[in-house]
Amino acid sequence: MASEETLRPTSEEEASEIVRQAAAGGRTLEIVGGGTKRGIGQPSRADRQLSTAGLTGITEYNPGELVLTARAGTPVAEIEAALSSNNQVLAFQPGNWRALFGANGAPTIGAIAAANVSGSRRISAGAARDSLLGVRFINGRGEIIKNGGKVMKNVTGLDLVKLMAGSWGTLGLLTEVSFKVLPRAATEATLVVHGGTAKEAASLMATAMGTSADVSGASHLPEAIATRMPGMPFDGQSATVLRLEGFEDSVAARLERLRAALPPGSETSTLDTGQSASLWQSLSDVAPFAASNAPLWRISVAPVWGADVAAAIRRRLEGELWFDWQGGLVWLQLSGTPDDAGATIIRDAIAANGGGHATLMRADEAVRANLPVFQPLAPAVAALSERIRASMDPASVFNPGRMVFDGDRKAA
Amino acid sequence: MSTIRFLEPHAGVLAKREQIVSGLARLVPDDCLVTEERELVPFETDAFTAYRRVPLAVVLPETTEQVSAVMKYCSEQGVPVVPRGAGTSLAGGAIPQEDAVVIGISKMSCILDVDFANRTARVQAGVTNLRISDEVSADGFFYAPDPSSQLACTIAGNIGMNSGGAHCLKYGVTTNNLLGVKMVLQDGTIIELGGKHLDSGGYDLLGLICGSEGQFGIITEATVRLLAKPEGARPVLFGFDSSEVAGACVADIIAEGIIPVAIEFMDKEAIDICEAFAHAGYPMDVEALLIVEVEGSDDEMDAMLRKIIAIAKTHNVKRVKESQSAMEAAAIWKGRKSAFGATGRVADYICMDGTVPLGQLSHVLSETSKIIDRFGLRVANVFHAGDGNMHPLILYDVNDPVEAEKAEAAGMEILKLCVDAGGCLTGEHGVGIEKRDLMLHQFTETDLNQQMRVRAAFDPAWLMNPSKVFPLEMKMREAV
Repeated sequence: MASEETLRPTSEEEASEIVRQAAAGGRTLEIVGGGTKRGIGQPSRADRQLSTAGLTGITEYNPGELVLTARAGTPVAEIEAALSSNNQVLAFQPGNWRALFGANGAPTIGAIAAANVSGSRRISAGAARDSLLGVRFINGRGEIIKNGGKVMKNVTGLDLVKLMAGSWGTLGLLTEVSFKVLPRAATEATLVVHGGTAKEAASLMATAMGTSADVSGASHLPEAIATRMPGMPFDGQSATVLRLEGFEDSVAARLERLRAALPPGSETSTLDTGQSASLWQSLSDVAPFAASNAPLWRISVAPVWGADVAAAIRRRLEGELWFDWQGGLVWLQLSGTPDDAGATIIRDAIAANGGGHATLMRADEAVRANLPVFQPLAPAVAALSERIRASMDPASVFNPGRMVFDGDRKAA
Repeated sequence: MSTIRFLEPHAGVLAKREQIVSGLARLVPDDCLVTEERELVPFETDAFTAYRRVPLAVVLPETTEQVSAVMKYCSEQGVPVVPRGAGTSLAGGAIPQEDAVVIGISKMSCILDVDFANRTARVQAGVTNLRISDEVSADGFFYAPDPSSQLACTIAGNIGMNSGGAHCLKYGVTTNNLLGVKMVLQDGTIIELGGKHLDSGGYDLLGLICGSEGQFGIITEATVRLLAKPEGARPVLFGFDSSEVAGACVADIIAEGIIPVAIEFMDKEAIDICEAFAHAGYPMDVEALLIVEVEGSDDEMDAMLRKIIAIAKTHNVKRVKESQSAMEAAAIWKGRKSAFGATGRVADYICMDGTVPLGQLSHVLSETSKIIDRFGLRVANVFHAGDGNMHPLILYDVNDPVEAEKAEAAGMEILKLCVDAGGCLTGEHGVGIEKRDLMLHQFTETDLNQQMRVRAAFDPAWLMNPSKVFPLEMKMREAV
């Protein structure tokens, strides 16, 4: 693969021409931004790399309108710096997964959209796809397409914006994205509830999310993970952490309200703004599982059933895990590499507990080549998804096979 | 008004009407099938009443399986299908056509599962929007999207049009609060998407279906996100001497980092109409009114309001009126939410729905009044200012064909104005038939062709809600 030089268009028109020629010549392209998430998906079988590194820069940002538009190859760090100087943020708090994958590149805003990367605030503020207002992209025919827009409410035509979000570059090359942005909270604090099992934490987090305290982060760190969080006063115990954000007086009042809703006798402490911000950034970056090559799963299930799914998996697989999104997002790092990286056990546990999906985020190429990295879909949904993909990219130019495990092809 | 065309009915379908009716009768119980001319009339239009078409038949199934059987039959027979919720579309999204079978899901209105720990409700799609919040209110929860028609409109319709409402500024629209659906595709296949978990394992088909205006199938069940109710909520009225100043105040509130739950705008015409209807205590001596709602404990609301009032004062706010009781708060919202109905008592109207960037609000308001003046009409502006979603209500007399045509023409100009200001044709009502032929003002043919190809992945024969969303000319060319 990719023996030839990477293609690096500097304009939409140039990119469009590259794609047109690839489609005509029956060649395939792997879309690359900063390259930090290249290891996610079925292994690439594309002929050449198509980089967004030449498509950079914030093209429109008027803070008063709460919308920012940037070319797809713009580093997230540049976007966050521009927002920060205007006291604004991306509501969905995208993590930086560079350390998680031992990569050197700078994550780009286009990849945040294409992979629908959302951090801890997703539980209250929605995912990247919820903040994504508009896109420009090149389809597999080499046509420049716009969809959505730059306003906060828009139902004009089909919502291809959602379709592009989380499509991992298999439907088109994003060239420009518009995100809704939000004011940065004046302050934040995190209530720590010390001790307790994952099951107890699930119930506690459900209680917290059911109060009017407006919790914007709810995570449970079992003892092994909690003790690895640098600078956090978790004292060798598991920790359930609940974040509150807003104006200072309001955060203080809600902290009291939240404390009052906890079971009597709960042992609690509070993280101040600095500690709280640092904790949630680490969690959004999946820091507990950085600096390792061990197989890593990202599992999304109904929040209170996350603990049951985790328990079912842990009965049959060795590994470590922790919970975000009120318990519904389970990050599971395996010890060793069992057959099929535990895929069958994990997905059976999900199916037995109300459904959801599991993605193998990190594993050697040889492992990924032999199992479905993304959650297998019901046959009718898989067929529909393939028809949609073909409607966007009939010649299968982009990231061929990245999201779909082709067992037959493998066997042949 | 009769300027908006529909696709020509298939002569072959009309010719075999009797056969189709008896075919449908084999699939659903007798009381689920409407075929008498007189009984079909209530289904001839929706809330976009200027256009009417009597359908071939109406089916009101009781189960997903019945929907599937009917869809499969219509697919095999080449019969167009028009999905219908409560028929409250302001864009003509549910208006049928002569060769179409209407599938209405109003009989499927059970709440199937309420799960407070996971904060979800699973409902049959014919349940009304407000019913969900009513069901969970006593336990301290609510369902956030709140279109003005929420007493009548169904969740299926909300999903079809990706409906919004006044409180979307904080809580988002339908697509941001929808977790899963069960739906029937055009060929009768039943699929399930999403559930109680977040995000999708494959493509975000849930996001694609939301707002697809009935072109992708029939939604029969939905799982929606429930939210914990705030401790309290308080709407406050701010009266200004001009619309421009009110618009500037909105921009400043947002720029100060304050996102209230709702910021609603009314101009003088709208204030008069709504006050006469709701007796909400709106100030009558101002040119523009903002309803700003804040949430939280009393202390939090007081603190937030102090900040907002300080900003309003820099814009020489003329009147500030806080609601003093739950009853007053309810009256304030009653006035706003019945704005369309109250306007309907005064005159016929068409309601526009463009969204513009916040910085363009004042410009678009003043250009709107110029357009209205040029046509010699009246307009009442009442809209969601916090997210730039405008609702000019153009008043006219439906019995005066000349004035009716003027109103439609003025509306189209206003929508083009919204697009030209960097916005879009529709923020929450949908394209339907109403804005269909303006789509090429916002999109290129290439953009729309791509959307139509995606549509064809769901409905290759183009039988689902066939005269909607895409310009008729493009569709007919595609069909050849």
